[in-house]
Amino acid sequence: MNIVVCIKQVPDTNEVKLDPKTGTLIREGVPSIINPDDKAGLEAALRLKDSMGAKVSVLSMGPPQADVALREALAMGADEAILITDRAFGGADTWATSSTLASAVKKLPFDLIITGRQAIDGDTAQVGPQIAEHLHLPNISYAEEIKVEGDSIIVKRQYEDRYHIIKAKMPCLITALAELNEPRYMTPMGIWDAYHEKEVKIWTLEDLDVDRANIGLKGSPTRVWKSFTKPLKAAGTVVNTDVQDSVEFLMDSLRSKFVL
Amino acid sequence: MDFTLSKEHQMLRTLFRDFAENEVKPLAEELDEEERFPVETVEKMKKYGFLGIPFPKEYGGQGCDTLAYIMCVEELSRVCATTGVIVSAHTSLGSNPIKQFGTEEQKQKYLVPLAKGEKLGAFGLTEAGAGTDASGQQTKALLEGDHYVLNGTKIFITNAGYADTYIIFAMTDKAKGNHGISAFIVEKDFPGFSVGKKERKMGIRGSATAELIMENCIVPKENLLGKEGQGFKIAMATLDGGRIGIAAQALGIAEGAFSETVAYVKERKQFGKPLAKFQNTQFVLADLKARIDAAQLLVYRAAIAKDTQERFSVESATAKLVAAETAMEVTTKCVQLMGGYGYTREYPVERMMRDAKITEIYEGTSEVQRMVISGAVLK
Repeated sequence: MNIVVCIKQVPDTNEVKLDPKTGTLIREGVPSIINPDDKAGLEAALRLKDSMGAKVSVLSMGPPQADVALREALAMGADEAILITDRAFGGADTWATSSTLASAVKKLPFDLIITGRQAIDGDTAQVGPQIAEHLHLPNISYAEEIKVEGDSIIVKRQYEDRYHIIKAKMPCLITALAELNEPRYMTPMGIWDAYHEKEVKIWTLEDLDVDRANIGLKGSPTRVWKSFTKPLKAAGTVVNTDVQDSVEFLMDSLRSKFVL
Repeated sequence: MDFTLSKEHQMLRTLFRDFAENEVKPLAEELDEEERFPVETVEKMKKYGFLGIPFPKEYGGQGCDTLAYIMCVEELSRVCATTGVIVSAHTSLGSNPIKQFGTEEQKQKYLVPLAKGEKLGAFGLTEAGAGTDASGQQTKALLEGDHYVLNGTKIFITNAGYADTYIIFAMTDKAKGNHGISAFIVEKDFPGFSVGKKERKMGIRGSATAELIMENCIVPKENLLGKEGQGFKIAMATLDGGRIGIAAQALGIAEGAFSETVAYVKERKQFGKPLAKFQNTQFVLADLKARIDAAQLLVYRAAIAKDTQERFSVESATAKLVAAETAMEVTTKCVQLMGGYGYTREYPVERMMRDAKITEIYEGTSEVQRMVISGAVLK
């Protein structure tokens, strides 16, 4: 089985601070991470590899620095990593990004394509389904559970107040939610090999069979009218213990934040 | 000279810090409070290869360098010094002597499971009458046919009771003094081997520290490590490496206390402003940060020297001396900056201060490190 996972390197929004004067994000010095939904997609692919054997190829489109995200994927256990990078791809919206990624996926053998639902720096949730459209493949989004049965994939698809169980024949594309799993840690050996034994292949515009009208800033029909920062909201914590323990937990949390 | 960490070391730092924050930090207070050995953390560290970082892949290790291993001990100790010393004692003291002095058979039988983390290692040199003066060994080993018979008691042994194999030192020829000491690989299930009294300590309270008792303990002849009479050399070479691990532990403790204190002084207000706005706070933090950075450079230099130089005793002694004294000073001053809260168990810096003290004592006291350094200077 061949699995292609698409990942994006994003700024770690947990580490992003707001400039108190201008109210804008301070991106300088903010560490980059693999987008959480994408990392869950990679973990899902690695679990399929562990349980039934598979070759996991990881693709990322981005600037040369995205090399680190791909090395991290290798260190977690991916077999192959490809960075799609070219100045010509710069300024791409979701249409241009998905056109480029789809042309790269076509060069690889695949039974299953996994992308994250959406990236924390853009929140569009469009690139995954668009890749499926470009490749004329079935697409199941919001996957919170994945099972392989013969030549089909069965996905528990999250919905607001319920879930759907959807079966699709492979090849197909699924978009993963961060809730899908708890991604594994890298290992020291994985990291060492990612830098000493493995390589991140570089594909540029020359390597891809893609319509130049559909790439980069010029190939992007989206025009941004206004962008704004989502109001910051910390992830909530659900405490399911008895009253005594819950109160203690709450008091400890307040104390640790110096509220009390 | 390049002071920038390589990309792989930067990524290793991310890994070790994530693991420490998520898996180790939440347990630190409880391990200290209850004097509990973190078996569940050891299991997780086995899964992720943290117990064989500097050993070659062909012996079950991760194939990384000493700096990678040292950074692991540093990051673990940043949140929990107990967890840091478990890895350090296992790797530097319990496993490295087999890698360095073992036969191929010994490496296959003992190093492979240690490096894979399937077995935990420990090291038994110290006795009631043989601490800094290791030559005062009373434990004896007598060759009888195809095995040695060991008799004696070791004290203050890290990982005792949880380790599966122990590197044990014993006199095979008392008349030869240091040259009469030999090293043995002893399995916990060998007849006549048992674990004695567990110590109750000031710090690193989750780490198991206990006596090892050998009463007519039967050790197969093939478990002699190196040659008869080489034990002192093996012990000293092992401690040269081990000291870098303890230096990394000390460095991690200092960094952990510093980071807790920086967060605290920004929040805590007195006289209408955060402590961080007072010049005393700023200057103390600046001094501590400078000392931590200096210690880190010495510790990393020693780690690199271990891989690139034949002798690194002085680098290792210097790193341990400075890092241990830095840990003690930083934690003490952090408690002072945090005042009454720093002294309570509501915050981790009092634990870090208690944990720091041992780094000036074990694997060679600060005084021993001064002897090593001055010996080289005045040679």
